[in-house]
Amino acid sequence: MSKAPKPRVKAPKSASKGDVVTIKTTISHRMESGMRKGKDGKLIPRQIINKFEALFNGKQIMSANMFPSISANPYLDFDMLVEEAGEFEFKWYDDNGEVYSKKAKMKLKG
Amino acid sequence: MTQVTKKSKVSRRDMLKIAGVGAVTVGAVALTGNAQAKPEDVNAYFKKVGVDAAKASKVTVDGPEIAENGNTVPIEISVDAPMTEKEYVKTIYVAAEGNPTPEVVTFNLTPASGEARVKFRMRLATTQKVRAVAMMNDGSTFTGEKEIKVTIGGCGG
Repeated sequence: MSKAPKPRVKAPKSASKGDVVTIKTTISHRMESGMRKGKDGKLIPRQIINKFEALFNGKQIMSANMFPSISANPYLDFDMLVEEAGEFEFKWYDDNGEVYSKKAKMKLKG
Repeated sequence: MTQVTKKSKVSRRDMLKIAGVGAVTVGAVALTGNAQAKPEDVNAYFKKVGVDAAKASKVTVDGPEIAENGNTVPIEISVDAPMTEKEYVKTIYVAAEGNPTPEVVTFNLTPASGEARVKFRMRLATTQKVRAVAMMNDGSTFTGEKEIKVTIGGCGG
């Protein structure tokens, strides 16, 4: 991979208690399946994001274990029930051991 | 391909047709070269994770009827279930019947998810069924599926 994977997140900046909000995340990543052959005819080794985690104030909202069938630049769209103001943290775990993360704050309305 | 026999009358359109057929043939060969999962492999996978006895209800797998590009096919899975501390969807297993491996993605949800709904994009090597099983916190399981036609496969052989 030539460039470092870049995470992008779309989460609301504010919401009311009791709302269910939608969060959209993606990260630029080739998600090399390990099944493609390179120009030399050899298999290109697998390198994917194998796990994604979404936390709010340190508490897990959801996580996803991903396999090579997931497209490049993995996109995930999911929901959260709003209880309090705080901070999101999103983590992507690469096969190579790297962990990429992104944070976003959310306020309560009113 | 039938019109190509007359020499010097190969039009640009015919050339494109030939090229197209060639590409499709190469694609098909590349796919059959790969070991593909079969419906039984998905059954075996669901059995391995202990959700093979799932009842066909509550789970909706939504995606396009026809995917022009199998490299990135949007799929949405929703479960008709509450997301409360008492009763919630704990895990959603997603598997594909015609990709090299059956596993696609596994979601671990919590009551904080608010709604049992997830959306993602997946590769589809060929026309096939995408199946999902939802496991509730009490261990009961439900399943749903959708067949998606693919015109260009997405597992690049």
